[in-house]
Amino acid sequence: MNYPEGLKYTNEHEWVKLEGNVATVGITDYAQDQLGDIVYLELPEMNKQYEQGETFGVVESTKSVSDLYMPITGKVTAINEPLIDAPEKINEDPYGEAWMIKIELSKLSQLETLLNANEYQNQVSNS
Amino acid sequence: MLEFAGYEMPISYQGVVAEHLAVRNHCGLFDVSHMGEIFLSGKHAEENLQVLTCNDVSKLENGQCQYSILLNERGYPVDDIIVYKIDKENFFLCVNAANVKKDFDWISKHLQKKVQLENQSDAMGMIALQGPKSLELLKSTGEPFPNLKRFHWAECTLNSIPVKLSKTGYTGELGFEFYVPSSQTLALWEWLMQTGKNFGLVPVGLGARDTLRLEMGYALYGHELSSTIDPIAAGLEWVIAWNKKYFIGKEALLEHKAATYLRGVTGMIMEEPGIPREAMELYIDHKVIGKVLSGTQSPVLKKGIASVIVEKEFIKNLTVDVFVDIRGKMKKASLHNFPLISKS
Repeated sequence: MNYPEGLKYTNEHEWVKLEGNVATVGITDYAQDQLGDIVYLELPEMNKQYEQGETFGVVESTKSVSDLYMPITGKVTAINEPLIDAPEKINEDPYGEAWMIKIELSKLSQLETLLNANEYQNQVSNS
Repeated sequence: MLEFAGYEMPISYQGVVAEHLAVRNHCGLFDVSHMGEIFLSGKHAEENLQVLTCNDVSKLENGQCQYSILLNERGYPVDDIIVYKIDKENFFLCVNAANVKKDFDWISKHLQKKVQLENQSDAMGMIALQGPKSLELLKSTGEPFPNLKRFHWAECTLNSIPVKLSKTGYTGELGFEFYVPSSQTLALWEWLMQTGKNFGLVPVGLGARDTLRLEMGYALYGHELSSTIDPIAAGLEWVIAWNKKYFIGKEALLEHKAATYLRGVTGMIMEEPGIPREAMELYIDHKVIGKVLSGTQSPVLKKGIASVIVEKEFIKNLTVDVFVDIRGKMKKASLHNFPLISKS
């Protein structure tokens, strides 16, 4: 299982990559492995504003449905449209090609609530 | 892994989609040892089965088997089963894992005449080899086995392992099921896996077993056939031998039939992205007309598919568009007869 350094993580298995005040969001290697073959993805509309912890989308594997949770409060400034037609990429490249949305952050202080790679790995291995 | 009927079952080995496509294109191997086997023997065995099951056991030759249903007096299924005829006085039933005890008790209670009843479920393992390459694979072993027609079976010895080899399956593909002593199930599995390497054989878990059967529209007890869906509504009237003088549930079923059916089971394919799931409701013109019984993503069609129960008028006319309420969003779908994939 891969947990890249330099990313931030949530307990709900999203990863966050921060560049200035823009965060790129996806789901972790652990999450895709637990879900199995991902066959459907629903992403939000552009410019939509979400609070931390709100549901911004849905991933489905052949067997199960999972909500995607906003790791941090902000506005959606980009969505990975091609991923909707090729959700299997989430299994293949969860931290790269399978990024899901970019958000413009409004509460930078919330970053402190996220986990680093080590903390996330510990949390996953204890679950 | 998933706990099911007391067995630890793998949902998938390498991924549901890859396993599913392997079975459609080459072949796959399923450990279905959780399935139950109940033996009936004695000179009244057939007579008893004629009362207990709705299909006609008297049509079976030795070495033949048939899909059938145990019904209760109200005409609803206790379980769907396969009846195997050994000879006039010896039969065995392959039953659903979760229903072994229920079926055994039901049969015991409803025996008309004396018969010896034995639950061999723990003593027997079961492996299914399914896919277009399965016959070629078996032939390549060099072991002698009989040429079987579909829904026929025979005793044979493969790699020194005694098996009941049955040309049956739950995938819609050419294939075989092997009933084998529990102690030798693993040896048979390993031998088949080894032999199957050249044919692209892969192990297949419960996940793909479900997607494969749903593309074909094969009923799963508790979903398409349940305590509220009788065989007629399930589209399984062909299993009912109306010409038999009596079987448990016949009178009730005749009444259901006379009352004209209000609902029936059919297939559905999503016309928009989205995966229908059990219990989601179907709409036409903002009116609920049915609901999803089983739903998944079809690995072959790459679309959401489902079995649904709808008001009867929509089964007669499958051309209408329906809308599925998927978590509050209305997604377009179309109704179809099974199978949902085209089979050559």
